[in-house]
Amino acid sequence: MRERRPATLDDLDRQLLWALQDDLPLCERPFAVLATGLGVSEEEVLQRLRRYLAEGIVTRFGPFFQVERMGGAFCLAAMAVPEERFDEVTVAVGAFPQVAHNYRREHALNMWFVLAATRPEGIVETARAIENAVSLPVWLFPKEREYFVRLRLRP
Amino acid sequence: MNGEAPFVPDERDRALMLATQEGLPLAVRPYHALAERLGWAPEEVFARLARLHAVGVIRRIAAAPNHYALGYVANGMSVWDVDDERVDELGQWLAAQGEVSHCYRRPRALPLWRYNLFAMFHARERVEVERAVASVAALLAARFPGAVRAHEVLFSSRILKKTGVRLDF
Repeated sequence: MRERRPATLDDLDRQLLWALQDDLPLCERPFAVLATGLGVSEEEVLQRLRRYLAEGIVTRFGPFFQVERMGGAFCLAAMAVPEERFDEVTVAVGAFPQVAHNYRREHALNMWFVLAATRPEGIVETARAIENAVSLPVWLFPKEREYFVRLRLRP
Repeated sequence: MNGEAPFVPDERDRALMLATQEGLPLAVRPYHALAERLGWAPEEVFARLARLHAVGVIRRIAAAPNHYALGYVANGMSVWDVDDERVDELGQWLAAQGEVSHCYRRPRALPLWRYNLFAMFHARERVEVERAVASVAALLAARFPGAVRAHEVLFSSRILKKTGVRLDF
């Protein structure tokens, strides 16, 4: 994924992007509910949301799945990737559907990604498959405990 | 995880989740559009989504914003080497700080990795993250003397992938 510069947003974008991070109602016309709250038309909400997705301001709009609740698992993982192999390894790791996101970070462990699997064994299986694919060790950092926070980004 | 028995989605739940994986249809009646896509009655889509939501398999139906596009270009993973006896106390305190978006206890990987507490900070500039982490570090030192042995911040310098969860049913 390419780097993004901060988008140019107007006041309505800001309000809408804030509201869109909240749970969409389960009703016949949920965008109309959102629109009423913001004092704009339903079509305006939909048009803007389509634009956010097209421009990459929003990467996805839909249900957020909690794989742990269905017996699966998430796991943070990291690798120390030699600089000259970084691009090649990025492509190989990105090809695994279990890799939900991946960030380059400035550390000896310079590639940090999150694995998501619908079966708990899927984490270790995927980590081993990545190790085989790139011939580098994958370090797993499963969460032992989560301390609850819920942050919405103020656009 | 809250210790409840996992909810096992049936065949139709799975089909429904897979149909929304790329996102909800952006239509005036998105759930009806989804029903049409699946060839189901809209009532079934509503009933199953409500159930998946109620049991927590769906956390929310919402936008995943690109942090960079919203101006949050500085994304710092702060990591802390904390006394095992006190890590939960510190973790709870850290999670309650305004700038922290996620906070987890994780195993160390010695000798390579000494840190057992992770807290993500997001801000518009790197210096803001550095300032927030420094201020939290000072507060932690005052509040829990001797509990933190070391900490550092790993900034993300590139998003390599951000597709979100793909269900590997």
